[in-house]
Amino acid sequence: MTTAAQLLTARRGRFRADWTDWVSYAYLILGVIVMFGPVLWLFASSFKSEAGLNQFPPTLLPWQPAQVQIAGQPAPLPLFHVLTGPHAGEDLAEVRRIGLMAQLLDPKSPNQVIRLRTNTIKPAMQMRAAWDNYTGLFSKFNFLRYLFNSVFITVVATLITLLINSMAAFALSKYRFRGRDGVFLLMIATLMIPPTIILVPNFLIASALGLVNSLWGVILPGVATPTGVFLLRQYMLTLPDDLIEAARMDNASEWRIYWRIVLPLSAPALAVLAIFSVMWRWNEFLWPLIVLTRNEHFTLPLALYSFQGELTTSWNYILSMTIITLLPVTIIFILLQRRITQGIASAGVK
Amino acid sequence: MSGVAARAAERTYAAVMNVPERPMRWAQARMGTGRFAWLFVAPNLAIFGIFTFLPIAIDFIYAFTGGPELMPADRAFTGLANLRELLSCGNYLNPNTCTRDIFWDGVWNTLRFVVLQVGLMILFSLITALVLNRKVIGRGFFRAAFFYPVLLSPVVVALIWKWILQRYGVLNAVVTDVGLHPVDWLLNGTSAFSWTVFVSIWAHMGFYTLILLAGLQAIPADIYEAAAMDAAPPWRTFRRITLPLLMPSLLVVLVLGLIRAVQIFDEVYVLTGGGPGTATTYLVQFIYQTGFAAQVREYGLAAAASLLLATVLLVLTLVQLRATRGTR
Repeated sequence: MTTAAQLLTARRGRFRADWTDWVSYAYLILGVIVMFGPVLWLFASSFKSEAGLNQFPPTLLPWQPAQVQIAGQPAPLPLFHVLTGPHAGEDLAEVRRIGLMAQLLDPKSPNQVIRLRTNTIKPAMQMRAAWDNYTGLFSKFNFLRYLFNSVFITVVATLITLLINSMAAFALSKYRFRGRDGVFLLMIATLMIPPTIILVPNFLIASALGLVNSLWGVILPGVATPTGVFLLRQYMLTLPDDLIEAARMDNASEWRIYWRIVLPLSAPALAVLAIFSVMWRWNEFLWPLIVLTRNEHFTLPLALYSFQGELTTSWNYILSMTIITLLPVTIIFILLQRRITQGIASAGVK
Repeated sequence: MSGVAARAAERTYAAVMNVPERPMRWAQARMGTGRFAWLFVAPNLAIFGIFTFLPIAIDFIYAFTGGPELMPADRAFTGLANLRELLSCGNYLNPNTCTRDIFWDGVWNTLRFVVLQVGLMILFSLITALVLNRKVIGRGFFRAAFFYPVLLSPVVVALIWKWILQRYGVLNAVVTDVGLHPVDWLLNGTSAFSWTVFVSIWAHMGFYTLILLAGLQAIPADIYEAAAMDAAPPWRTFRRITLPLLMPSLLVVLVLGLIRAVQIFDEVYVLTGGGPGTATTYLVQFIYQTGFAAQVREYGLAAAASLLLATVLLVLTLVQLRATRGTR
């Protein structure tokens, strides 16, 4: 036991944990609870039925009032647990309530009505995951449409982003031409123009080009990114020019040099940009909110936003849709954690 | 059979990938290798031109014209009327005396938000980075946990917290458990404001922690070894070595944080909708509402507010450029 504790608290050079170690671990564990707990809570809640969600105080696991179907009764009846009296410990089904008296049936012998005071019974709970929260998304909502829109925008936008930014980066890193530095500066300068300050004119341009209420209206404005150009250019600068010279000797066209030599060699930088682009696109909110006004064009975040504003939509579907929205990003993060954190630390962008 | 299919697929793939080859070779022959470079930058420049540079110009047109028309040609020139309407105030500290009280509510809210959010976020990011820079077991896991919310969509972030903060949510369950009365967290101005600060720190601090951690790890270990030789107390090591050497990273984090915080919109808009009243209405929400969500869309006012916001951001970006030039 002591050796295990020593091992856990070992630091280089000495084998004793001082109080700073304990404070550090306490801080980190508290941090994990605060940062990760809310997501887990949402995940656990997403398996509760509507009745379970309305319970207060809430439970972590999907406990919900149990029901039983009894022959001769039109609807399933709620089950109650008897606390005291001759029937103590039994689970009985409630037919109706009159004042303080409840009329109950024993599911095993449903012919005899048992009358008990309501303060001697309490609802019987059972644990059951409400899979309907997830399956109902497909039957009750246009969910596949939202999913398709989100996936389409993410995939197409990322492919175009990779293509045109790598083309620009290639020209800016491997050619000498008049105006090159000017072009590079111009592109980097767009970092200073965040999308929030050109919302109104961009809406005009989108409507003039017929892009309002079109997925392309979400895709196109963001495909050229200064971050992408910068990231790829810095990487391509490290590729040896000899490679390109050798290909020219073999009479390869400039496009072929880009397409067949530089692009494959830039795969690590392209991967970082691809991850960024997927995150940006999947999570995008304000611009789609302005460009897409019809339900059939909604992306997942837009659908979530519009449902949570409606009073009639119940939380159980919002919760499950939220989980599905965060799932792809979570999976990508688990698989590519190292690459994402390194990419962000080196590029200083998000 | 599958081998044949695979080979066919491979051949189709190669053929598709070769499609641009011919027109590109032709273009290269026509243009010459030197000018051909422009073809590579053309798509990117076109997008930037249409969706970034042109809009800036149009922003100015909108800002100096009035009326509900979208097409600039249909709009009447009104000069400084939009700016005057935004900026005219009896007393700048009291938004109720302003022509556009919501704009000034937004300005003051944003200012309060930026100071609190950026200050607290840098503090917690720094503490977290310092702790993660120690030799802790499971560092990768802890770093990932702190970073995870950064990747979530702002809508998801808002809904996660809305679910926790609702009247019958888990936070109120804890509060009642301790013996206090449940609180409508988002229906009280001060409390809603504080929660928007907290939630946006929650959602973004992982990013800044990462940058600070990279900065800490770039500090050469032998400096610390020298300090340990001199038996320097930890606090002095922190103040004399860590803090000065981390200053460039801290400056980057500060300016980036400011630029982002000034533009706060998404998660707050979903979480509180700007309410209760205007307690959490920030600048970008004012722009969005006047330009897009109001019954009568006032593009001119929205554009004028955008230009004011752009001025602030421009100053911040120039500061950032100076700061990063110092480090690289």
